[in-house]
Amino acid sequence: MWMIKTSKAGAKARRSFSGNLAMYALVGALALLSALPLIYTFINSIKPVDELYQFPPKFTVARPTLDNYSELYQLASTIWVPLSRYMFNTLFVATAGTLLHALFATMAAYPLAKHRFPGKNVVFSAIVLGLMFVPAVTFMPLFVIMSETKLLNTYGALIFPGIGVSLGLFLMKQFIEQLPDPILEAARIDGANETRILFRIIIPNATPAIMTVILFQFTQMWNFTQTDLIFSESLKTLRAALEQIVPKGDPILRAGAGSAASVILMLPPIALFILIQRKVVETMTFAGIK
Amino acid sequence: MIRALKEHKESYLLLTPYMIFFLAFTIAPVIICIALGFTYFSMVEPPRFIGWHNYVRMFLDDDVFIIAVKNTLIFAFITGPIGYVLSFIVAWMINDMPRTIRSILTTIFYIPAIAAPSIYPMWFQVFSPDEYGYVNSFLINLGFIDQPVAWLLDPKYMMGVLILIQLWLSLGISFLAFVAGLQTIDKSLYEAGVMDGIKNRFQELWYITLPSMVPQLVFGAVMQIVASFSIADVSIELAGFPSTDYAAETIVTHLRDYLNIRYELGYTSAISVFLFLMMVFSSRLTTKLLHKVGS
Repeated sequence: MWMIKTSKAGAKARRSFSGNLAMYALVGALALLSALPLIYTFINSIKPVDELYQFPPKFTVARPTLDNYSELYQLASTIWVPLSRYMFNTLFVATAGTLLHALFATMAAYPLAKHRFPGKNVVFSAIVLGLMFVPAVTFMPLFVIMSETKLLNTYGALIFPGIGVSLGLFLMKQFIEQLPDPILEAARIDGANETRILFRIIIPNATPAIMTVILFQFTQMWNFTQTDLIFSESLKTLRAALEQIVPKGDPILRAGAGSAASVILMLPPIALFILIQRKVVETMTFAGIK
Repeated sequence: MIRALKEHKESYLLLTPYMIFFLAFTIAPVIICIALGFTYFSMVEPPRFIGWHNYVRMFLDDDVFIIAVKNTLIFAFITGPIGYVLSFIVAWMINDMPRTIRSILTTIFYIPAIAAPSIYPMWFQVFSPDEYGYVNSFLINLGFIDQPVAWLLDPKYMMGVLILIQLWLSLGISFLAFVAGLQTIDKSLYEAGVMDGIKNRFQELWYITLPSMVPQLVFGAVMQIVASFSIADVSIELAGFPSTDYAAETIVTHLRDYLNIRYELGYTSAISVFLFLMMVFSSRLTTKLLHKVGS
């Protein structure tokens, strides 16, 4: 086995040593540029006030402190809705929206990938077209729909639009399509119905795609601020709350407590991505449009 | 019709829950936009039909809209292609690296796309208009400028700075599709390529790699086009809403202006339809071009 592998690698077109070196240097420089703003935000969040405002500004921190985080916590406790309520709202909205989207998209992706029925191509074309119906285009009519259906200012206004997003169904369908047919046929001969096949065969075999859909959807919902749809303070999410308690006019609070808020808000999607990165790449293999 | 429904009952049943939400919150909004685009509507009184007036007004009677279209096209034509090519080149460069290094680099390059909405405020400190800002203090120390520059307030620099920041966060879902696509190319194609006289990795890229990943390239292009035509957050968060002299107004910030501040929903709809048509048209065109790759 080993021999075959090395001989295959050798059959690639020639890679020069200097070419490789140049490539590593370039990639290293780009990676540094990519990560620098994040590292900078983190360092700012642990800087004491005098270091935040010194001239010339320094990239490093001399006396790291958690003051900015406790400052942020104190700011948060001055508003009448407790911070825990915002956290609950965020987790509830993001989790409910993500799980319902993943479940419904998987259910719908199975017949689109493996069944033949009238209207299938029309539905799939609509879904590919739907990749372009981003919130930027649809937020205005969404507002009208929400106000007409009395969903304005409810959790529903935040959760429901995400469930019908195209991307998740598109990725699921492409992934399920490449699962081998014979196992499905075998199950059908054993008398399993389609729902049973979905839960016993498709879902266990499509976990990489399901986790990828969960990642994209969770990130989308976590990063989403739609202030028009919610105006009750007690229904707002953590992001909306943190963005409004860090006063925009106060540069020092903004630099210190603001960086702390940024760090807290950026961590969950990053952590989720690091955890399931390999599954995401595996799923994206099938994400082509022909 | 009824027979088809009965015969494929299970397929339709599985599709139903998703389709309800898809039709109500993805398709219906677009239909509402198309319909309201021909009306005057302010949510207070019922919509009043006014024909093509909104579309005529967009081009003949709204100077800021023209600025918005111009800026959107600048964003789309600069950040779109550069972000797309950059995503591919980075994915291609890390493709030959050992698996662990590749995973770490994929994560580092992708993180800005998911963390960006959380750290917009940080860019204020980097591009701060006083000498405490990193860019200003750096350039003053090197002697390039002697007065601090208001990067995000001065219409002269605004777009340039926003384009840089947008490029920083542009290695998103297309980048992941490219990383994945490159991994699946049949290795025997490369061997055959060497036999056929392919000498260096650039020839290999053009004759073997690119033609084998057209589907991923098309998917990446569609996602990139949608993202670059709907740029708004970076402008609203950093240049302000509205920005100085509308210098960083895009079609989507213009939409928000007419929706949230002026409540002109009919006009907003017409602008949405225009934006949507631009996206569909560009995606079609790009898809056609990409199918010619390597041939």
